[in-house]
Amino acid sequence: MAKDVVCGMEVDNDSPYQSTYKDKTFKFCSENCKTKFDENPEKYVARHQDSPATYQITTNGIEKIQLPIVDMHCASCATTIEKELRKLPGIKKAVVNGATENAYVEYEGSEVSVSKIIDSIKKSGYRTGYAKLRLHISGMHCNSCVSQIEEELEGTSGILSASIDLGTEAALVKYIPSKVDYPALKNIIERMGYQVSEISHKYDENGSDTQNTAEGNQGSSDPVDENEQARNREYKSLMWKFIFSAVISIPVMIFSYPDFLGLPDQFQRGTDLLYWIWFSMGVVTLPVMFWAGSHFYTGAWAAFKNRSANMHTLIAVGITAAWLYSTVAVLFPEIFPNEALAEVFYDVTAVVVALVNLGLALEIKAKGRSSEAIKKLMGLQAKTARVVRDGKEQDIPVEEVVLDDIIVVRPGEKIPVDGEIVEGSSAIDESMITGESIPVEKHKGDEVIGATINKTGSFKFQATKVGKDTALAQIVQMVEEAQSSKTPIQRVVDKVSGYFVPAVIILAIAAFVVWYLIGPAPALIYALVVAVTVLIIACPCALGLATPISLMVGVGKGAENGILIRSGEALETAQKLDTIVLDKTGTITEGQPKLTDIVTANGFSEDEILNMSASVERASEHPLGEAIIKGAEERELTLLNPINFNAVPGHGVEAEVDGRKVLLGNVKMMRDNGIDTGNLLDQSTKLADEGKTPMFVAIGGKAAGIVAVADTVKTDSKEAIAQLKNMGLEVVMITGDNQRTADAIARQVGVDRVMAEVLPEDKALNVQKLQNEGKRVAMVGDGINDAPALAQADIGLAIGTGTDVAIEASDITLIKGSLKGVVLAIQLSKATMRNIKQNLFGAFAYNTAGLPVAAGLLYPFFGILLSPLIAAAAMAFSSVTVVTNANRLRKFQPKFSKANK
Amino acid sequence: MTLDEIFVLIGGILLIALVAWYFWFSSSEGTRVQSGTGGLQEALIKVKGGYSPNVIVVDAGKPVRLNFLREETAACSEQVIFPDFGKQATLTPHKTISVEFIPDTPGEYEFQCAMGMLRGKLIVE
Repeated sequence: MAKDVVCGMEVDNDSPYQSTYKDKTFKFCSENCKTKFDENPEKYVARHQDSPATYQITTNGIEKIQLPIVDMHCASCATTIEKELRKLPGIKKAVVNGATENAYVEYEGSEVSVSKIIDSIKKSGYRTGYAKLRLHISGMHCNSCVSQIEEELEGTSGILSASIDLGTEAALVKYIPSKVDYPALKNIIERMGYQVSEISHKYDENGSDTQNTAEGNQGSSDPVDENEQARNREYKSLMWKFIFSAVISIPVMIFSYPDFLGLPDQFQRGTDLLYWIWFSMGVVTLPVMFWAGSHFYTGAWAAFKNRSANMHTLIAVGITAAWLYSTVAVLFPEIFPNEALAEVFYDVTAVVVALVNLGLALEIKAKGRSSEAIKKLMGLQAKTARVVRDGKEQDIPVEEVVLDDIIVVRPGEKIPVDGEIVEGSSAIDESMITGESIPVEKHKGDEVIGATINKTGSFKFQATKVGKDTALAQIVQMVEEAQSSKTPIQRVVDKVSGYFVPAVIILAIAAFVVWYLIGPAPALIYALVVAVTVLIIACPCALGLATPISLMVGVGKGAENGILIRSGEALETAQKLDTIVLDKTGTITEGQPKLTDIVTANGFSEDEILNMSASVERASEHPLGEAIIKGAEERELTLLNPINFNAVPGHGVEAEVDGRKVLLGNVKMMRDNGIDTGNLLDQSTKLADEGKTPMFVAIGGKAAGIVAVADTVKTDSKEAIAQLKNMGLEVVMITGDNQRTADAIARQVGVDRVMAEVLPEDKALNVQKLQNEGKRVAMVGDGINDAPALAQADIGLAIGTGTDVAIEASDITLIKGSLKGVVLAIQLSKATMRNIKQNLFGAFAYNTAGLPVAAGLLYPFFGILLSPLIAAAAMAFSSVTVVTNANRLRKFQPKFSKANK
Repeated sequence: MTLDEIFVLIGGILLIALVAWYFWFSSSEGTRVQSGTGGLQEALIKVKGGYSPNVIVVDAGKPVRLNFLREETAACSEQVIFPDFGKQATLTPHKTISVEFIPDTPGEYEFQCAMGMLRGKLIVE
C-alpha cells in the first residue's frame, strides 16, 4: 500500500494515477489528486516527508521519542538542536537527522518530560510537533475557494499545512497549538465568508497520529463509536441473513420430510411434483449458502490458506456436504444402488446457516455488553477545559491542555485532567474513578483527578498530568492490558483448542467410515448424517470464548469499583490466597497522625491546653506538631504567635506564648524543668498502651495536661479485616513501629498476628518467611516503600496514592484507600474464576459429550441419534450461553454493600 | 467386505492422514519483516477470516509495528490480542490499526482474536 500524498488516502501500489517527481514515484487515489500534485509537487512532497512522531517506552524506564522538526534547512541545525537537547537532565541519547528532519531522543522518563524536550528544541530555534484539526467547511463552491482558504491558512503563523477536500467539505489543518487555536482558525475561515464547524480534533504533543495506534484508541471516543457502528452494522447484516435463511428454511424443511409430516399424496416421494420441488429447493438454498453463509466460506478459506481451521471450516464443510449430496440425489438418483438413498438434506444447509447466523448476531449483542465497563471508562474523559491563558479564561479541547496550565472548574463541571488545587475548594465526586460514592472535600494543595465531577464550589487547579499520563488514561490502559492477558487456565485451553477443529474433522471422517462399514442400512445416509452432525455440533467458539469473556467482564467490573487488576494471572492467584499481610501505616491506618486525646490537669481547660500547644508548634515543623495544629484549627481556635521558640532534641519544644512559658514534650523534659506531673504519668502510660503518642504540656511552670497524637485507624479497617478472616484468610500486620504500638493497633482492628519492628527493607524477607511456611501470601501496602514486599508476595496489592495508579510492583491496585478494596478484589476474583470455570465446564462438557452423541455412540445402546438440525441449534447457542453467563458477572455485588444497606 | 466398503475405508484413512498432515505437521513459512529507518520493523497484516501473513518473523530488541487492516465486518476478528505483550487493539473495519511493542526475548509468541479462532505467530529471533 502507498499513501496518496495529496489527500492522505491509502492507495494500491498498482494505482493507475501515478506521477514521478525527483526520481520518486507517487501514487494517487484519483485523477483529481494527481492533477493537484502535478500543479505543485513541491508542496506535497514537503508535507509527505514530515513524518509523525513515534513514542515508545522500553521496559528499563528509558523512553524513546521521535519528533519531527520543522524548519530545518541545514546540517548544522542538527548539531545545534542536539547540543541543546543534551543540556537537559536525563537525556541518554539525542540524535537529529537532517535528512529526515527528525529528532530521536532517548531519555529517562523520571527526569525529563516530553514538553521539556519540545521546549528545548524551541529554544534552539526550531519547532516540533503539531496538532491536527479536522474542520467541516460549508459554503465552498469551487476549487478556487479551496485553494484560497488553503493559502490563507498556510500563510498564517502557526499553521503548518492545510488541505481541503471539496467533495467532503472537510479540511485537515496541522498547526502548533501554542501559536494558534481552533477559535483563531475558525475566525480566519469565517472572515473569508465560509462557515466552519468542528468534525473532530486530534492532538498529540508529539504530533503523532495517535488515531491509528492501538494506544490511541483510548481516550478518544471517535474510534470507539466507529467500532460500535461497525458492530451494529454486522448485527443487522447477520439478522437479515438469518431472516432470509429462516424464511427459506421453512418450506425446505416441510418438503424434506413429506412422509413424516403426512403431506397429501401428490407431494409424496417419487412424484414428479416433489421432484421439481426438491430441484427448486436446491436452487433456493444456493443464495442461502453463498450469500447468507458466505462468511463461512471466506473464513474457512482464509484459515485453510494459513493451514488452520476454525468454526467456519466446520460449518462450511458440513453445509456443503449436505448440499452436494442432496443435489446429486436429485439430479442423478440412478447412481444410488438403493432408491431410499436418494434423499435430500437441503434443510440441513438452510437451517444450519439460519441458526448459526442468529447465534452470531446474539453473541455480538451480548459481547457489546461485556465490554461496557471499558467503554464507560473511555467515555468519562472530559471534552474541553477552561484554561486561563494570557489572563483570560478560554475553553479549549482537553487535548490541548499542557502541563502547568491553570484550569478553572465551576460547580457541576467535569475536571478535565489531573492536577493540584491552587485556589478555592470544593466537594468532588470521585465515584467514577475510585468507586467511593461519598464526595470528597478538597482544598488548596489537594490533588484532583481528571474525569471526576466537581460538586459544590469553584476552584482553580494546576495541571500536573495530561494526555496519556492522567490517572484515567492509565486506568484504561491497565484495564485493556489485563483484559488481553491470559489466565494460566486459558493457556491450557489454548493448547487444546489449537488441535480441536482438525480433530473434529478427523472424527467426522472416522464416524463416516465406521457408519458406512458397520452401520444399519441405508448406511450411506446414516454415515453422511452422522458426519455432518459431528462437524456442526462442535463449537470451538464456546471453548475459546469461555475464559477471555469472563476475564473481560471481571476486570471491567473491578475497574468500576476502583480495583485495577493487572493480569489474568493475578486474578487467578488472588482467589487461592491463604494469608494477607497488611502494612500498618497508610494501609490499616490513615498514615497521618491526628490529635486524639486531651487530658486536663490543674484546672486548665482543653481548649487552653490545645491552643497553647498548637501555638508553640506553629514554630516547629514536626509532623506531630502539624497534627496538633490541625486539631486546634478544627476546634476553630485562634492561634497565637510563639516567641523564643526552642526545640530540645529528644525531649520536646518550648516557647513563650502570650507571655507565659509553654513546655511540650516527654516526661524527661518535665522533670528537667522541675514540673510535677502527678497522676498524669499513669494517663500517659495508658495512652501509650493504646498506641498513641502522648505529650505533656506545662504552662507557666505548672503541668497543664497531655495532648495525645496517633495515626488513626481508617474507619472501615476493622470491618474489612473481620471480613477477610471470615473468608478464611490469616491476617498479619507488618510495621516498623515498636511492639507496644503495633499490638495496640492490632487489638483495635482485630489482627492476631503482628510482625513489629520490621525495617522497611526487611518487609520482603518477612513475606518470604510466610511463603516458606507454605502459604500463598498477599501483601497490601503502598507502592513506594513497600514495593519490594509487594513484588515478593504472590499477589501485591497497592493502596493507591492519588493519581498514581500504574504501580509497577503491584498486581492489583486499589484506587480507593480503603481496606475493603482488598476484600472486594478477592471476592471479585473468586466470582470471576467461578464464572470462568462454569464457562469452561459448560464448553468442555458440551463439546466432549456432544461429539460422541453426534457420532452416534449411543445409537447401538439406546437408538439415540442427533439430528443435524438439533446440532446446529445447540452449536449456535452454546457460545451465546457462554457470553450470557459471563454477563451475569456484571451483576456482581460486593458482600459488604449488602450488609451495610 | 465389498469393493465400495474397501474404497470408503481406504479413502477415509487417507483423508484423515491428509487432514492431520495439513493442519498439524506441515508448517507455513513465515514472513520476515524488513526493518526501516530507525530500526522500526513494520508489517501489514490483512485480517479476513484469518491473518495474512500469519507467521511474522522479527528481530529481538527492535521496535515492531504491526499494521492490521481488517477487511471484513465479521465480529470474530474485531479484536487482536498479543497476550505475551499485554497488547490488544480493536480493529475498525477497513482502517489500518497499528500495534506497537518491542519484543525483547527471542521466542515464539502467538497473537489471536478474542476467542482464539484466528491465530498468528510472531517469531522473534
